[in-house]
Amino acid sequence: MDLWFAVLQALTLALVLALIYRPLGDYMAAFYQSSRDNRVERGFYRLVGVNPRSQQTWQSYLRSVLAFSLIGVLFVYVIQRAQAVLPYSLGFPAIPSGLSFNTAVSFVTNTNWQSYSPDVTMGYSVQMLGLAVQNFVSAAVGIAVAIALVRGFAQRRTGTIGNFWVDLTRGVLRLLLPVAILAALVLLAGGVIQNLTGFTDVTTITGATQSIPGGPVASQEAIKMFGTNGGGFFNANSAHPFENPTAWTSMFQIVLMLAIPFSLPRTFGTIVGDKRQGYAILGAMAAIFVVSLTALTLFELGGAGTAPLAAGGAMEGKEQRFGIIGSAIFGTASTLTSTGAVNSMHDSFTALGGLMPMLNMMLGEVAPGGTGSGLYGMLILAVITVFIAGLLVGRTPEYLGKKIGPREIKIASLYILVTPTLVLAGTALSFAIPAVRADVEGTSIWNPGLHGLSEVLYAFTSAANNNGSAFAGLTANTPWFNTALGVAMLLGRFLPIVLVLALAGALSAQDTVPATRGTLPTHRMQFVGLLVGVTVIITALTYFPVLALGPLAEGLQ
Amino acid sequence: MSTVTEASTSPRGEGRAPAGEHPRKRASSAINLAQLVAALPMAARKLDPRLMWRNPVMFIVEVGAALTTLLAIVEPFLGGPARSGGGDVPASFTVGIAFWLWLTVIFANLAEAVAEGRGKAQADSLRQTRTSTIANLVAGYDEAADAAAERATVSAVSSADLTLGDTVIVTAGELVPGDGDIVWGIASIDESAITGESAPVVRESGGDRSAVTGGTRVLSDRIVVRITSKPGETFVDRMIALVEGASRQKTPNELALNILLASLSIVFLVVTLTLNPIAGYSAAAVSLPVLVALLVCLIPTTIGALLSAIGIAGMDRLVQRNVLAMSGRAVEAAGDVTILLLDKTGTITYGNRQAREFTPLAGVDRGELINAAALSSLSDPTPEGKSIVDLAIETGFGNPGILDAVVVPFTAQTRMSGIDLPDGSFVRKGAGSAVLAWVSETTNVESTILDDLNATVERISELGGTPLVVAEGSAAGNTADNSADLGPGARRILGVVYLKDIVKEGIAERFAELRSMGIRTIMVTGDNPLTAKTIAAEAGVDDFLAEATPEDKLALIRREQEGGNLVAMTGDGTNDAPALAQADVGVAMNTGTSAAKEAGNMVDLDSDPTKLIDIVRIGKQLLITRGALTTFSIANDIAKYFAIIPAMFAGVFPGLAVLNVMQLHSPASAILSAIIFNAIIIVVLIPLALRGVTYRPAAAASVLSRNLLIYGLGGVIAPFLGIKLVDLFVALLPGF
Repeated sequence: MDLWFAVLQALTLALVLALIYRPLGDYMAAFYQSSRDNRVERGFYRLVGVNPRSQQTWQSYLRSVLAFSLIGVLFVYVIQRAQAVLPYSLGFPAIPSGLSFNTAVSFVTNTNWQSYSPDVTMGYSVQMLGLAVQNFVSAAVGIAVAIALVRGFAQRRTGTIGNFWVDLTRGVLRLLLPVAILAALVLLAGGVIQNLTGFTDVTTITGATQSIPGGPVASQEAIKMFGTNGGGFFNANSAHPFENPTAWTSMFQIVLMLAIPFSLPRTFGTIVGDKRQGYAILGAMAAIFVVSLTALTLFELGGAGTAPLAAGGAMEGKEQRFGIIGSAIFGTASTLTSTGAVNSMHDSFTALGGLMPMLNMMLGEVAPGGTGSGLYGMLILAVITVFIAGLLVGRTPEYLGKKIGPREIKIASLYILVTPTLVLAGTALSFAIPAVRADVEGTSIWNPGLHGLSEVLYAFTSAANNNGSAFAGLTANTPWFNTALGVAMLLGRFLPIVLVLALAGALSAQDTVPATRGTLPTHRMQFVGLLVGVTVIITALTYFPVLALGPLAEGLQ
Repeated sequence: MSTVTEASTSPRGEGRAPAGEHPRKRASSAINLAQLVAALPMAARKLDPRLMWRNPVMFIVEVGAALTTLLAIVEPFLGGPARSGGGDVPASFTVGIAFWLWLTVIFANLAEAVAEGRGKAQADSLRQTRTSTIANLVAGYDEAADAAAERATVSAVSSADLTLGDTVIVTAGELVPGDGDIVWGIASIDESAITGESAPVVRESGGDRSAVTGGTRVLSDRIVVRITSKPGETFVDRMIALVEGASRQKTPNELALNILLASLSIVFLVVTLTLNPIAGYSAAAVSLPVLVALLVCLIPTTIGALLSAIGIAGMDRLVQRNVLAMSGRAVEAAGDVTILLLDKTGTITYGNRQAREFTPLAGVDRGELINAAALSSLSDPTPEGKSIVDLAIETGFGNPGILDAVVVPFTAQTRMSGIDLPDGSFVRKGAGSAVLAWVSETTNVESTILDDLNATVERISELGGTPLVVAEGSAAGNTADNSADLGPGARRILGVVYLKDIVKEGIAERFAELRSMGIRTIMVTGDNPLTAKTIAAEAGVDDFLAEATPEDKLALIRREQEGGNLVAMTGDGTNDAPALAQADVGVAMNTGTSAAKEAGNMVDLDSDPTKLIDIVRIGKQLLITRGALTTFSIANDIAKYFAIIPAMFAGVFPGLAVLNVMQLHSPASAILSAIIFNAIIIVVLIPLALRGVTYRPAAAASVLSRNLLIYGLGGVIAPFLGIKLVDLFVALLPGF
């Protein structure tokens, strides 16, 4: 019964996403490739002094990305430190420097890891001027980088990959802003609040006094999901009734966070001039998604123990209005994209169920991944897959007519090194440095032992992969975690971007080789299967030992 | 030179081996125990860390081996091996791990040493040809006045002292002292030292067969040779360097694979290094030997050990087929080739075209045509020329014997050959357009004659034959007897000889095979488009280039490369040199000129142009072998994890025993078994690495499916069985 309900919900979701795939994908391909600017855009370009027709090399594109992001970090940091003097701050004091650094990095890197409880830390000014702005632009930066890589595949011997300022502006103005406005209205209709009233004290029916928070939630909520950001207005994130009141708003939020990542393969296919290539990438993403969702649903439905038996399922940490299935879909979508929003507490999932969100992130968030970052992550894996498969058919490997030589492999190899190193090193350092270990064990870890390890591992996995969700048990607002996770987020975001843009530049400078019967076709099921295989095996081999020490050991006890 | 209508090729003698068969094969590619034992000292020498450093994967294993050896020595003084993962470790565990790690490194070196050893044997036999001989150096050679160097001063010098531009005399029985071109004379030469072919070959001055190689023996006559190589840079020197692997540089694909393997090794190094701090919190720390064992099992040792052997063996396979690749890059490029340019004659058709019929034009006496055709062919040594004479004799032509006439040889530019008779008249035969142009130089060809000629040429072309147009001209000033109807200096077309081309048996199937591999074949011929089209259709090539000049060929290669194609071709003449240099894979025939050999990146000692197809196959096989063993190596990790992970933490997490799907005897035996399997699999795969995986030409998708099934799925399953098997024996060891 539950299973059929799950299948029905998943099918509905698939149908909606299928309907969005072509129009949204084609729309993005059209406006990112267009050579016309509207009046607002022209004004903006004149303001920042950019010639929208000039094409950038990958180095120049990268400098723009880094400069823009640096300014973002500084701005969000300063505005937090100055909270006390800003209007609409609800009387909250300035945010401490460590937390300000962590939060600034977190929102600029599209991670939206929250070491704090927003309801009692952030006033409306910081939320709206700092965090909400980054929700838009960090998502636009991700898509811009992905589009730059796609251009690298599509172009022949140009060496240029587009113009960052144009990509950024168009991403915000032509995609994120209009959809976010519409989505906010829908959420508003669904019961999400939108006001600037601060806290309202009410007397409950039992006679106690309760302080009810208000705030501009609907407007934040829309971009939080659509830009795969995930930073909640309230501490409870999408489990909070003001952020996510009903089962259908929850479903709507799921669609919002999956819409861009699942449609980008279409954009990719359209720009490289072979839509089948887009379907292949989509196929690999969808296959991983379906398997992961099925696993989590089965683990949670089959949760053993006294509490789950009494509740008729593993209901601990889940909202009654979403149920196990609504929570499983949300959790899978949130951790397979870089969203990290939660409508249930992953910490309270069954042991093996709790493994799934972690595994989802460890896959590198490529199925479908964050806005932009999912596509470029998957394309990097496709490059590795093409290389191995190309050798197996006896040709110098080619992907979309571009030769995958030492330079391309060097870049792709470094890419797959980045996040595992950050995750494992971060986790290991938390226990290897005696003073840090004392702090981690004493302050941060709520459940010592295997589960405690899972909490720390989850935190670094989430930060390095720019997801932002948390295994709730961990107290992360400590100097160690604010710093270490901040560094993990920064490196986990920008090292891959450096490599992706370098790859885009290398590909764009290359000529295109025509396909023959001896060329490995990259649009068939065979390749899709191989791509999924490579993705899963690389992840499994990297994380198996550490998972065996945490969630796996816990689940098999 | 020789051919009649072919523009850019020369005939390559009769009795060529059918396509796909090789006249000679060297040692078989299977290895035996003796070879392994013989390679052991070399393998031990390669343990030098300065050499190992070049192979990062195996370097890590060597460091691990050294580390565990040190621990094995120290442990007895520290009260036995350290506990690992909350459990006790048998006393002999560390020694066992250390021993097998050293074996792993040795096995890897063995693979490389065996591969190199084979090249060495070849190099040694080549080196014998390099022993210095006495050269007869000509002082102040004067080509114009004394071409045969009969009056010049000759001094005896050592062949090692010869340098570029020297001229030497070589007479029957002597060794050719260095690489060079014959400037005067003709000789039969035994080239078996280089090619292994015992039948002597004829080399003569001028034309495309003038090159001689140092170390070969002149069997008859006397030749004057101009040395074309510097000391130490001769053809044989280069061959020795190549087969010994001394000049081996990593190819782009090898480089890329190395980077990927290094990166995977780094990931696993990070995994191993971070394990203990984490295990120290949630479980119990594991001991150093166990960590080293884990690392070695995870890093791709199988492919890391065999990678360089695969590359060396790939070159060796070419050498076995008598092809010398000047670089590994060229071998790899062969696997990527998308266009094959094949000369028609000798490759697609048998070299010897036969004259079938004489067709005089209207108003020309048949006997006159036969006479002229036969006269012009008397000094033509090619099979075509002979067949014209034979056919003429059959139809009543009386051989006049040796004439005091000037032979006009065929050149790629004139595309005609012929003879200038003592009475001042000429006879020419050649391609229609060339002969027509020649006649038009002095005489206006009437349109009726032109129509008649075109009709005949077309008829023969459509049959797939080569129309050879014969024309004559009288001397300026006086009228020769046999062409009484020609005015002084006038020329006229007599008629057409029909030369029949015979397409090689089985060649169409080979082209179909190539097509399935995604390779297009383009036939290059000097024939007119109609003939070319008919033969192209019969042979099943994808495209053809008719009436080709060397410039056309070069332009074609450039055009295809513009479109992103990789082009392979064969060639032997000096005029092929630019095209050979331009092609991505240029195979020069050993019979060809020094210029051609210099321009190409491979030399075929058998001078068999069909071998290009084998070269492509070997190039692909090389890449597939690398890919297959990489896939196998990575797939093996899955089983190794299932052996090691439950074993590592069995003491703390008994629940992990569920993962011990192989039901291995004990934690210690599981880890040691994985390491032993890891070492043994290298030896097991050495023959495969040297031989190369089987390659059947097919579309990429089906080749991939097949190889994934064998090496991917096989790589997942094999170690489960292998480790279990090893464990059955390890369990018998005391303490395990």
